[in-house]
Amino acid sequence: MSLRNIGVVYRKELTEALRDRRTLITTFLVPLLMIPLLGSGFVAVMSAVMGNAKKEKPKVMIVGGTDSPALLEALRKYPKMTIVATQTDWRNQIIEKDIRAAIEVPPGFDENLEKGKAGTITINIYGGEIKAELAAGYLESYLKEYRDGITVKRLEANHLPGELLKPFDVKRQSIASPEKEAAAFVGGIISYMLILMCLQGAMSPAIDLTAGEKERGTMETILSSPISRTHLVLGKFLLVLTTALTTTLLLLVSVSVSSSALQNSRVLDQLSDEGQPPPHFSLGPKAIGSVVIMAIPLSVLFASGLMTIALFAKSHKEAQSYIAPLMFVVIIPAIAAMIPGVDLTPKLAIVPLLNVSLLCKELVAGDYHWNLIAIIFVSSCVYAAAALYLAVKMFQRESVLFRS
Amino acid sequence: MIEAINLSKRFQDKKRGEVRAVDDVSFICRPGEIYGLLGANGAGKTTTLRMLATILEPTDGTARLCGHDIVEHPERVRANCGFLSTATALYPRLTAQEMVEYFGMLNGLDSATLKKRINEIFERLDMNDFRDRRCDKLSTGMKQKTSIARTLVHDPPVMIFDEPTLGLDIMTARTIIDFIRECRDRGKTVIFSTHVMREVEKLCDIVGIIQGGKMLAEGTLEQLRQRHGENDLEEIFVKIVTPHYATQEKT
Repeated sequence: MSLRNIGVVYRKELTEALRDRRTLITTFLVPLLMIPLLGSGFVAVMSAVMGNAKKEKPKVMIVGGTDSPALLEALRKYPKMTIVATQTDWRNQIIEKDIRAAIEVPPGFDENLEKGKAGTITINIYGGEIKAELAAGYLESYLKEYRDGITVKRLEANHLPGELLKPFDVKRQSIASPEKEAAAFVGGIISYMLILMCLQGAMSPAIDLTAGEKERGTMETILSSPISRTHLVLGKFLLVLTTALTTTLLLLVSVSVSSSALQNSRVLDQLSDEGQPPPHFSLGPKAIGSVVIMAIPLSVLFASGLMTIALFAKSHKEAQSYIAPLMFVVIIPAIAAMIPGVDLTPKLAIVPLLNVSLLCKELVAGDYHWNLIAIIFVSSCVYAAAALYLAVKMFQRESVLFRS
Repeated sequence: MIEAINLSKRFQDKKRGEVRAVDDVSFICRPGEIYGLLGANGAGKTTTLRMLATILEPTDGTARLCGHDIVEHPERVRANCGFLSTATALYPRLTAQEMVEYFGMLNGLDSATLKKRINEIFERLDMNDFRDRRCDKLSTGMKQKTSIARTLVHDPPVMIFDEPTLGLDIMTARTIIDFIRECRDRGKTVIFSTHVMREVEKLCDIVGIIQGGKMLAEGTLEQLRQRHGENDLEEIFVKIVTPHYATQEKT
């Protein structure tokens, strides 16, 4: 093993990579500019939509109830909605989104209320539409309040304490730190981006250094030099690894910078309920450090895997068509990790890609299960070593190098 | 010195089954001599030369370059030869000088020797005007000179040229022809393949005629002329190759 020769190949490939526009774009521009812009854009739009929905005073129609003035009076007092004149085509108006909801009051509501059989008030909405759902939620809790008010009055009329209605209280309280609450969400996105960017970063040079070399006719030139094929492929591999790691590292840095910028701006306020702190988005240095360490075997796996595949191809184009379906295969475990309830277990810790994705989720949450981390790191290293071995073997095969 | 000993290369082809690209070929080529491998397209010239340059491995037989066996010590063989063909392109994003430097370093030259060698070669080939220009911005002639410089940087005793003038214009082809002659005059062992009769007549000390992977005739131009009673090399070539060509076409 001659480190000098590997170094000579590496330095030369580095010089060429730094002069290749395609590689520069995927390594630097995409993680530094595109991902944070797209990511914060997405969050900002989401937040703005939520904000608008909350600010809107929903238009609501009351259908029936003309014989129940007490209820109508109570509904009119509710400040969070505007009551519009009743029309017969209220169903259409809901569908057309001219109004958010229509409250159907059964006939003789007030009168029947006294008798204790008032029936059901129906809130008609366009289900699944966020603004309509919000309006329905407000209305529901307001009407429940109204109902409770009546109950309390009745109890008091019978000289019974109002507390009879609520013998006990129920409340929900999260004791997870803000980091952990957001972890499932943020961790999922981070691992998805990590896998995607790591693959992206390795792809362009992996193709350029194998199929690209065949296409340009330099393969025969380099094979006629005294360097051994193992040294050659290792030098090339190191360069692909460098770009994959650089891309990943830049991505993490730019995500952490843009997420803390997002945190400090007021953009996120709309995403949480009133009075609650906004969801926690930023990443601590410890989480970033841990993700980077996991990114190393992942990059080795991608770099050698992609080189092995791309070496089969005779041209850049052909290589891309081999690799395109691979993108989907790789994305599936990343998406699977985002599904709530899929958690890291010793069995899942040896499933390639999925293990790293799930671990990301945990690391972002600040959970460090060292035994699982060790399993993941070791198994990832085994997969990576196998892929690298395959790439080296592939470089020895004439039928692959001179495929025609 | 090159000694090919029963050199053979078979490979599997999906349509044609087993193909004997090179079949039991032996020859010797000495320092200060140009050995011309003459054959039609697909005769086995490129495969033979690629095996000598250890880019391909023989399925049977072997060859020795300067005493190094191509199967046992391919790295030593490559360190002792320069390989040039129209298929050996340059790295487009490296400059002419970087290209030559890269191959110098791969050949194990230290930086002082490398610097001296490069200055010498660039001076001799008149390449100083474009030494810092990227290879993808060079003209065909400049590219050829850079390729020559690349093969010469480690001053190898054996030179292998695989159809070096294929597709080149007259002036560029001439640079290559002159260079091949110069290699011989410097006492190097030179082997080159071609299907251009004129080049063989101009350059070769010994000619080997190859067809269907087999060496059909070998000798100096004079010997071939006497043996086949023809003066024109093209006539000699056709006379030797035709019977084999016909049988090959039939099968």
